[in-house]
Amino acid sequence: MAYTEEELKKELETKEYEYGFYTDIESDTMPVGLNEDVVIAISKKKGEPEWMTLWRLEAFKYWKEMEEPEWANVKYEKPDFQAISYYSAPNKKPKYDSLDEVDPELLDTFKKLGISIDEQKKLAGVAVDIVMDSVSVATTFKKTLAEKGIIFCSISEAIKEHPELVKKYIGSVVPKKDNFYAALNSAVFSDGSFCYIPKGVRCPMELSTYFRINQAGTGQFERTLVIADEGSYVSYLEGCTAPSRDENQLHAAVVELIALDGAEIKYSTVQNWFPGDKEGRGGVYNFVTKRGLCEKNAKISWTQVETGSAVTWKYPSCVLKGDNSIGEFYSIAVTNNHQQADTGTKMIHLGKNTRSTIISKGISAGKSQNSYRGLVQVNSRAENARNFSQCDSLLMGNECGAHTFPYIEAKNKTAQIEHEATTSKIGEDQIFYCNQRGIDTEKAIALIVNGFSKEVLNKLPMEFAVEAQKLLEISLEGSVG
Amino acid sequence: MDLKDKLISSFMAFENNVDIEHPVHDVRTEAMKNFELKGFPSKKEEAWKYTSLKSLQKTDFSIFPKEEGNTLEYKDVKRYFLHEIDTYKIVFIDGIYSSYLSETTHDGVDICLMSSALTKPMYKPVIDVYFNKVASKDESLTSLNTAFSREGAYIYIPKNKMPKKPIEIIHFATGNEASLLLQPRNLIIAEENAELQVIERHQSLTSNEVLTNSVTEIFAADSAIVDYYKIQNDAENASLIDNTYIDQKNKSVVKVHTFSFGGKLTRNNLNFYQNGQYIDSTMKGVTILGDKQHVDHHTLVHHIEPNCESHQDYKGIYGENSTGVFNGKIIVDKIAQKTNAFQQNNNILISDKATINTKPQLEIFADDVKCSHGCTIGQLDEDALFYLRSRGIPKKEARALLMYAFANNVLESVRIPELKARINKLIAKKLGVNLGFDL
Repeated sequence: MAYTEEELKKELETKEYEYGFYTDIESDTMPVGLNEDVVIAISKKKGEPEWMTLWRLEAFKYWKEMEEPEWANVKYEKPDFQAISYYSAPNKKPKYDSLDEVDPELLDTFKKLGISIDEQKKLAGVAVDIVMDSVSVATTFKKTLAEKGIIFCSISEAIKEHPELVKKYIGSVVPKKDNFYAALNSAVFSDGSFCYIPKGVRCPMELSTYFRINQAGTGQFERTLVIADEGSYVSYLEGCTAPSRDENQLHAAVVELIALDGAEIKYSTVQNWFPGDKEGRGGVYNFVTKRGLCEKNAKISWTQVETGSAVTWKYPSCVLKGDNSIGEFYSIAVTNNHQQADTGTKMIHLGKNTRSTIISKGISAGKSQNSYRGLVQVNSRAENARNFSQCDSLLMGNECGAHTFPYIEAKNKTAQIEHEATTSKIGEDQIFYCNQRGIDTEKAIALIVNGFSKEVLNKLPMEFAVEAQKLLEISLEGSVG
Repeated sequence: MDLKDKLISSFMAFENNVDIEHPVHDVRTEAMKNFELKGFPSKKEEAWKYTSLKSLQKTDFSIFPKEEGNTLEYKDVKRYFLHEIDTYKIVFIDGIYSSYLSETTHDGVDICLMSSALTKPMYKPVIDVYFNKVASKDESLTSLNTAFSREGAYIYIPKNKMPKKPIEIIHFATGNEASLLLQPRNLIIAEENAELQVIERHQSLTSNEVLTNSVTEIFAADSAIVDYYKIQNDAENASLIDNTYIDQKNKSVVKVHTFSFGGKLTRNNLNFYQNGQYIDSTMKGVTILGDKQHVDHHTLVHHIEPNCESHQDYKGIYGENSTGVFNGKIIVDKIAQKTNAFQQNNNILISDKATINTKPQLEIFADDVKCSHGCTIGQLDEDALFYLRSRGIPKKEARALLMYAFANNVLESVRIPELKARINKLIAKKLGVNLGFDL
């Protein structure tokens, strides 16, 4: 296959967003602006109990006093929070029992995205809770899950039906006043997913949610809460695409994971939101707070493939509270044209014998800026904590930038921390090495790029990996391989 | 009155003692304005996240030391000099030049005083070109130093020259004042193809409090070679904020070694600006701390032009309640292709209460570069320790031997053998052992 770095670069630059289309579904949209009345109205519209309304109002109060953070290595036009409509739900609201009832246009949208909500999905063993403009419209595999005692539903449903769980855990990992966007999300979150795995249950299938931003001018404020009870296991997938739009859209999600003693959560994300066009117009602002809490012997593993969004600001983190707990973070971030990504992780070691691994791969092309920002903190009581971090950047073209900002703080003498970072383009000696062994230059480049991201792509669950490649499209892997 | 206000009001008194008609004074006034605006950096600023100057600001430092009575006998302070070999010496006692202890020269090269360079007309052309040209005009502590700049070392090495011997710059604090603020200002210029070696040391002789806010500007012209050694093994109540700015031109080689073994609070701001091609910049450091000592290494290498290299290697051993900070920043500009930047920071924590914060940082805008940084925090290898003990080496010595080995590759590049031996002794003393041989 004749494929050179030049061509690859050209392809990256000229690649238009393939999933840019707009589904015309009537939406129930709230007037723009944000004040206490809007918060109350959202809560009322969703039929929430009073404690939830108060919880939202408290978050709103904190938010009002907060300032938008500016420390990230990104430049963008600040969103006007009074010009956003904070709620939008597809009009034909009733839940569907079968696919036939679903708006055909909606189904068409999913088809274009390559998401098979129907039988194929069942064969693949994936249950999908599709969030389209903030309200769950279809949930499959619910029954199979219910038999195991697994709760997998939208968060608004959970608030109504499992208030004791929601009340106990919501905001326990990401407090309301954690940061500007978390506070905003806490006040106005429209919907999201809720998942509870009972004690000792191994979730038989990969749970997945597709987020879509569809309505013009609506910010999407998703809230995800995953609770894995003692000794349970769940693999959760989240994938995103969004239609082309000229104005900037704001996405400020909060994801909270709770892994109780001996539980394991694997959380995978493929993010391919509209990155803006070649001149850097439009595109999604992605300001996400993701954090997991590990109790004793628990494990949380974050895997992410970030290819979309104009501005990304995202740090999936692990609080390793329990002894012997494990945190992992695997990430590929690809930026192109005028995209900016400031992403990384935080590993907070509190318990004894805690371990964490960070593998971050950044690929920048065009005029994009790609930053890794991470914190590894070992507290004084965290005996024998172990961390390994590696962040590698690959630069394509001479107008992009790659940056690393790793913070390492150790307060315990038994801590062992290693951090490595490299930045390079595809090395001539690497190509020479391949040439020397009879592999031509085109193949060598493919091989090297392949190897560069493989480490992370390998961590994606099987079912998702296939879809990830399709969603990625831009992926260096798929096109070069 | 807090320290900032005191400094601002002292500036007027300072103006009475210097020539305010001299163009340098405009630079001072401008710098003072910046300091007034910014004040002391707080922990809220990213660059000062891990180092607090709060307690220092509460101390009532005397800003102008007494001019008389500060004499020292050479035999009392001999051990602070590199007395095994002959050196040029620029010695200051409580900020005042001591001609008795110094050995300066104007024989082909200028190794003398900043105060004469700033006042005598013959130096004016040099001062106009170099003074405050590479030092930051934005950073508040550098501005503070610039505002009060009057005394320090002035070294000018003309084209193709090399001084006959290394140069020592030593600042003594005698404790005549209860608490003393010193602000030395050094200017070092190596013209094309010149070469020099400098050893800098700050030494307090009492337990009285001393704060030194030092600024050194180094200019290395084409093919110049500069070796700079900083020995920081000060008394328990001495704090040092060292700001060093280095401007390098084509093919120049500048190496800065920092040995931090003492002092209460030490902050090293080491900035390299590579204004040319085929430049080599090296910064290495060994830090061994105990007590409640705090050392903060802040390095910056700005790769502005193509085909340059930079090497950083910092080793730290932290015991008792000490705190170590390392923040190494590498910036590679868009046109600085073929840059090769290497950075390493290894740390060993030997006490439960010691802390290390490290932040190696890369900001890269060029694609054809090789940049890497590595950072580790760990302990001594138990297996290696066992190996040594099984061969009859006591635990304490075995540990020291391993720590020696850990720090050794930083010492390898020290080019003055006597200095290397001296530092070996300092390390042995710091580790509390006598190995009976030199490494």
